Amino acid sequence: MSTTENNIISDTSDWSSELIQRYDAEISRIAADYGLDTYPNQIEIINSEQMMDAYSSVGMPLGYHHWSFGKQFLETEQRYRRGQMGLAYEIVINSNPCISYLMEENSMPMQALVIAHACYGHNSFFKNNYLFQTWTNADAIIDYLLFAKKYVSDCEQQHGIEEVEAVLDSCHALMNYGVDRYKHPPGLSAQEESGRQKEREEYLQTQVNHLWSTIPVKENADDIPEEIRFPTEPEENLLYFIEKNAPLMESWKRELVRIVRKVAQYFYPQRQTQVMNEGWATFWHYTILNTLYDEGFVTDGFMIEFLQSHTNVIAQPAFDSPYYSGINPYTLGFNMFKDLRRICEKPTDEDKEWFPDIAGSDWRKTLDFAMRNFKDESFIRQFLSPQLIRELRLFSVLDDDEQDKLEISAIHDDHGYRHIRAALAKQYDLSMREPNIQIYNVDLRGDRSLTLRHILHARRPLNRDTNEVIRHLSRLWGFPVHIETINEDGTENMTESI
Amino acid sequence: MTQIIDRRINGKHKSAVNRQRFLRRFRQQIKKAVSDAIDSRSITEVDHGEKINIPSKDTHEPVFGHGPGGRRDAVHPGNKEFVSGDRIARPPNSGGGGGSEASDQGEGEDEFAFQLSREEFLEFFFEDLELPDLVKTQLTKVTNFKSVRAGYSTTGVPSNIDIVRSLTGALARRIALRAPYSIELKEAQTELSTLQNKDEHITRIKELEEEIRRLEDKIATIPFVDTFDLRYRNRIQKPTPSTQAVMFCLMDVSGSMDELRKEMAKRFFILLYLFLTKTYENIQVVFIRHHTTAKEVNEEDFFYSRETGGTVVSSALELMLKIIKERFPSDDWNIYAAQASDGDNWDGDSPNCRTLLNDSIMPLLQYFAYIEIMPHNHQSLWRHYEGVKVQNRNFDMQSIDSVNEIYPVFRQLFARKPA
Repeated sequence: MSTTENNIISDTSDWSSELIQRYDAEISRIAADYGLDTYPNQIEIINSEQMMDAYSSVGMPLGYHHWSFGKQFLETEQRYRRGQMGLAYEIVINSNPCISYLMEENSMPMQALVIAHACYGHNSFFKNNYLFQTWTNADAIIDYLLFAKKYVSDCEQQHGIEEVEAVLDSCHALMNYGVDRYKHPPGLSAQEESGRQKEREEYLQTQVNHLWSTIPVKENADDIPEEIRFPTEPEENLLYFIEKNAPLMESWKRELVRIVRKVAQYFYPQRQTQVMNEGWATFWHYTILNTLYDEGFVTDGFMIEFLQSHTNVIAQPAFDSPYYSGINPYTLGFNMFKDLRRICEKPTDEDKEWFPDIAGSDWRKTLDFAMRNFKDESFIRQFLSPQLIRELRLFSVLDDDEQDKLEISAIHDDHGYRHIRAALAKQYDLSMREPNIQIYNVDLRGDRSLTLRHILHARRPLNRDTNEVIRHLSRLWGFPVHIETINEDGTENMTESI
Repeated sequence: MTQIIDRRINGKHKSAVNRQRFLRRFRQQIKKAVSDAIDSRSITEVDHGEKINIPSKDTHEPVFGHGPGGRRDAVHPGNKEFVSGDRIARPPNSGGGGGSEASDQGEGEDEFAFQLSREEFLEFFFEDLELPDLVKTQLTKVTNFKSVRAGYSTTGVPSNIDIVRSLTGALARRIALRAPYSIELKEAQTELSTLQNKDEHITRIKELEEEIRRLEDKIATIPFVDTFDLRYRNRIQKPTPSTQAVMFCLMDVSGSMDELRKEMAKRFFILLYLFLTKTYENIQVVFIRHHTTAKEVNEEDFFYSRETGGTVVSSALELMLKIIKERFPSDDWNIYAAQASDGDNWDGDSPNCRTLLNDSIMPLLQYFAYIEIMPHNHQSLWRHYEGVKVQNRNFDMQSIDSVNEIYPVFRQLFARKPA
């Protein structure tokens, strides 16, 4: 098409700020045409060492200081130097404006890929997915992290690095158990936080007194039936419980617990939407850059470089390959969104039978709906099609320690589709992946010991870290901690105590 | 609207603090690794960073998770030959094999490895060490110059021209040079105006007009700026004082020092040398090796050239004294000495050494460290040196039996002494 050749933005692999701006303008226009709704973008150009920094602070643009981030940095650095891994092309922060990091080493096609992927793909996912809308507050996160960083370093000055480190260690051990799953959290704002913090400290201190008050409040205290437990309902947010109820905890420690809890909550949606989030972003960089090519803005060479990277990203080694390390979330997510578009545009009879509602519908609306209202588990359960199961040749293996052999429970055939779909969905269900552990009781009248209950699922035992984690919990709680394992039939199995 | 920010100019080492935190937390393990590394390293490699391994159980961060066992149904891609109902043997390291299983983490690698930079390595190595009692801090030796401003000069390079100053001078010069002509000019003009157009004065008017033109020309030819006016900002090199020290390394290379002993002595000096170059920026090191006669050599020869013979320790001490007198007046220098030997000495020489040390050398020295390497049993030199130790607080001696004792002894010799 000779008429469009003038559109070409650049034909070398060198990038410059102006070029990035021009590519961004075109990509932004195309994204808007496709109806992507995004936060404003802030693109930051960094070098590889800064990228390693960003890595090791687990994607927080401002992290408080802790040795574990140093460990992560050393690990990344070591592996990068040895050439065992390349650095990710981008890191994107769920904030408003949405911050994306671009590495200076990348060529222009790579930068364009990253812009489409992060600044429009991830960005629109952050803004619109229900989990992110419910659990994170993109406007406030930077302020909150700043507050947290300052608070932690103030504590270090006042109470010493060791003390603070010990509390953070314990909190990190319980981080995955520091999230609310069902309530809406109040918005975080640095001003509110620091304003209310004093109030909270004082209030909390008065609240916990009843746990260890030795004076009987009521004369008829004996009438209280023995079975009453505290908390009355089991509590699954361990850090929340500690923050509110640990009897002897100093208020600054409570605040640290709260900070870790808030950070955990902020990352909670990301842990549940890995496949969707990456799939969505990959689908859109693929779609947008192809549109860019169709409109004549980029050269063949650009596309070849882009496609090569894209192919690497979505490579899925088979289960028997030495490179196999589980299902690649990029592959699964990208293929699912692509497949969804196919089902909308060119449905087969099979699709019409399996997806009567969406076969033949407007693909943009359907994808948008899927992006907004699902997480990995429900997304797979809802949209994984037989055709994709066949393409990826998925099969499921039943590993039962009571059997001496593994059993192939389903393959990509008529009998297997539903089983595979359900099994794969379960694999992404956090509540299946993590042991179900809740706070069951506090011995209010005795030694104030805390009892956890682990409810066994599929007979899967706890890992070897358990004792150590319990020790951390006990450090925060200040009194002994027991853990009971409850069988699926409700019988108590065993108890361990620290 | 997209905002593009170039962050590359910002600091790189955002994680530096976290890295420090990590090193701090695993101080004990790293120290041990560093100490092991020193023992097993060959000398030429001492001055490098080091790959440190820490047992990963120490750095492991525990979390609740599922252990192996129970019943799990895992989905994998790339089926080739299986059909449902197939039963296959459990592969070794079973556990479902799924990469997404949390329980797979933390197993396999039992060492956490990372690179310690040279600075960090030495920092760990030299921790708590300090040359003893650096009392004399003679701030005399001129090594560094600082450029400071010192008024103006009439010569210099164009970039140093001070424009205001130069033009002020030019203005003054112009006023001064113009002054006599201006006065005459004024007089001529006044006279001319009194003679207004009267015919009888026509010749005088012509004269005056001529005069005025001449004076005006004179004034006009006074240059606006002359090279004479130029003033340059003047800078002079001002010496900044720094502490200085000299370290004498004395080593016995006689026949009785076998390879292993030499190796150990070399290590001691290597450590010393590293320590000095690290701790003091301005330090000189003098290497003296001796058998029956002593010789000042360069570092390379000191550690690596081979020569053997009998043993006369005092020869080295005498040479050291000579060098001190010639090159390092003790008013200006902090002098340290370290001697390594196997304790062998010609019997008649040991009393000489004692006298030499007590009378001449020790008063000049800040500190003298003697190490005896693998002595069969202490001989006369050791006994005489013990006598020196009694008389001089700044004399210290230790004996070493094996390579891994060097480090503790080294630390003991140079340990921070309570004030």
